Amino acid sequence: MLVTPVTVPYVRYSVRSAHWFIAQALSRLIKDSGLDKADIDGLSVGSFTLAPDTAIGVTQHLGVSVRWLDYVPLGGASGIVAMRRALRAVQSGDAEVVACIGADTNHVDSFRQSLSSFSVFARDAVFPYAAGGPNASFAFLTSHYMRSYGATRADFGKICVAQRDNALGNPHALFKSKLTLEEYLNARLIADPIRLFDCVMPCAGAEGFLVMRRQRAEALALPYVRVRSACERHNAFPEDPIQTRGGWVLDRDHLYGAAGVDPGDIDFVQTYDDYPVMSVMQLEDLGFCGKGEGPEFIRRHTFTTQGTFPINTSGGQLGAGQAGCAAGFLGLVECIRQLTGRTLARPVSNARLGLAVGYGMITYDRGLCSGAAILGRADA
Amino acid sequence: MIPPLPPGARSRAALGLTAAAALGRFELQVCADCGSVQYPPRESCHRCLSAVLHWREQAGTGELIAETTVHHSNDLYFRARLPWRLGLVRLDAGPTAVVHLHQRCAPAPRRVRVGSRLDKSGQGVLVAFPIDEVPNMADDPRLREMTCDPKFRKVLVTDGRTIVGQAMVRALAAAGADRVWVGHAEPRDRFAGLADLEAVPQVAPLLLDLTDSKSVKQAAAEMGGGVDILINTAEIHGAHGIGSCIGVDAARSEMDINYFGLLRLAQEFGPVMRSRGADGGSSATAWVNLLSVYALSNFPPHGTFCASKAAALSLSQCLRAEMRPAGIRVINVFPGPIDDERSQMLPPPRLAPEALAKSVVNALKEGVEDVYPGDVAQEWLIRWRENPKVLERELSV
Repeated sequence: MLVTPVTVPYVRYSVRSAHWFIAQALSRLIKDSGLDKADIDGLSVGSFTLAPDTAIGVTQHLGVSVRWLDYVPLGGASGIVAMRRALRAVQSGDAEVVACIGADTNHVDSFRQSLSSFSVFARDAVFPYAAGGPNASFAFLTSHYMRSYGATRADFGKICVAQRDNALGNPHALFKSKLTLEEYLNARLIADPIRLFDCVMPCAGAEGFLVMRRQRAEALALPYVRVRSACERHNAFPEDPIQTRGGWVLDRDHLYGAAGVDPGDIDFVQTYDDYPVMSVMQLEDLGFCGKGEGPEFIRRHTFTTQGTFPINTSGGQLGAGQAGCAAGFLGLVECIRQLTGRTLARPVSNARLGLAVGYGMITYDRGLCSGAAILGRADA
Repeated sequence: MIPPLPPGARSRAALGLTAAAALGRFELQVCADCGSVQYPPRESCHRCLSAVLHWREQAGTGELIAETTVHHSNDLYFRARLPWRLGLVRLDAGPTAVVHLHQRCAPAPRRVRVGSRLDKSGQGVLVAFPIDEVPNMADDPRLREMTCDPKFRKVLVTDGRTIVGQAMVRALAAAGADRVWVGHAEPRDRFAGLADLEAVPQVAPLLLDLTDSKSVKQAAAEMGGGVDILINTAEIHGAHGIGSCIGVDAARSEMDINYFGLLRLAQEFGPVMRSRGADGGSSATAWVNLLSVYALSNFPPHGTFCASKAAALSLSQCLRAEMRPAGIRVINVFPGPIDDERSQMLPPPRLAPEALAKSVVNALKEGVEDVYPGDVAQEWLIRWRENPKVLERELSV
């Protein structure tokens, strides 16, 4: 069971270290759950900015003694992967209560520095090419998708505008004002066809939750959600010349089968929205529409929390900001909040099943990690 | 001030691309066991995990499957040169590559030809060109950053007395150089061929004695700030082994030009050229050393000459390391026997001075670092790469 969703509010830049954000998240997990620090016997940390520390350094830094420890610096997939491993640890009795935290800081120059040291392939074969970072990589994927499937800038714009609208209900979201389609279409060019509002805003922040057995959650009187099924896949389809699909294609039958549901039963989806094209790809690969039907699907739905097919109900990264590895937790945390009736943003009415997607780690030309989880309300 | 250069950090595996590009070749890793071609470079085969990978020349043809024009970069070098066009190419050989996209490439999807070049930081990068040659392809400003085309540039040829130096001047003028200064040590010496050189409109004679530090200093002070490309053609080539000469005077005069001459030039012209390394469109761009394939391994009948060229080769590596942070390319030329007045005793094939000059101009146009012009040099290179010890024995027979 997943309980106690917490968020350390995002800031554009911070002088604090990742350790500070992890400490704040852990402190909130303890306070909100009513547990003692000593009750937490498992810790999973996802972060890019801990160096030279990893999760082990965090234990001493924060004074926690645990019998199960994990370090999951997998960016947009870190939340799903951390959750899967923590569930197994609790299931097998290796730990009773695992704190899963995704946290990163963002100093004024840290984004540029992290680009050049992100991976060997990025340093050797991407960074020397105009140092465009993920913007250039996703410009390739976006232009290729547009050409192949007839998507327009306005299609992607509709997603970004809807998510911004969703973000306005979330007090933690970095963006506080409405985005119009005209503003989206006429924004500054970053890497053609990517413009400013296709890009997330890198920031500092943390997200976290606790994993424990149902009996423990009930004893603590904590609202919980059930993980109905989850999957992860890494480096799927390596022979594809350019990314048009992710590992979800290989895992979706199992994902829905294990949960005993169909895509049509899902009440809302938290896509991994580092760029709108990826949201569309995920909706296709997870069976909400066929490959290449994304543009038509977009034109059919509103994607707002209270409209049809709600996605990224707290604004997603495009609306709330991308706090490094915390972005890989954002969708899961919002899922838990929606399904326990405590979203900080606008609620999806009578939501019983939510789907959170993980995606990330562009070490060269494509995102290598894909994951997803179907979460259910306690009574669903 | 050090000019910003493109990101130059590379893994050891990736330096294979640079090493090939330095010779003007586009090579990728090919697995010796399963034949897979792979990119980006790795330490083992991504398919069969074999550790035996060979860098092999590639045709480079492929399909441009997506492109973008970058309008925002976090890197200072690119920031000053935006917008910058990039492509994603599926090579026919297999891998997908991020490439610099030549401005004359038509929009994706499109057949293209990928090649490698050394960028301004001196590291190998991939560039996609139109599949068929189009006119004035070398004029792409992004490509000109990666090459040293003498067209529109000002060049100093350090010694115009030799027939090699004179062939060089004519080739540079024909390649569209704006100005060619021609060094000569004796102002009153109307050497053969001088009148012909003076008839070339771009040519200006320059008093320059590489054995005299003061002369080199004065020349650098007078016109060093205008030199975009320096080509050091000065050499003394005696035909002596150790046993065939008495004393060290002959060897010393070879060293004085072939080694110390380079050192004097590097000390005086190096700093002024470095300071103009990133001067925008009209920056200092290249330094060419006329070495010899005998710099690689000693040819005993010309033993002392070989030693002076080996010394010059070693010094040129130092010069290259010092010029690279300024974005200036040091090009070493390793000819075999040249068909000039000094090599008449050597058997053919000898390299015609015009062919040598043409290969230097081509090296500048392609931006390569090491040139082995002619059949003899090519053969020596193959032998030397295969086994330097075997070559040493072969030469001492």
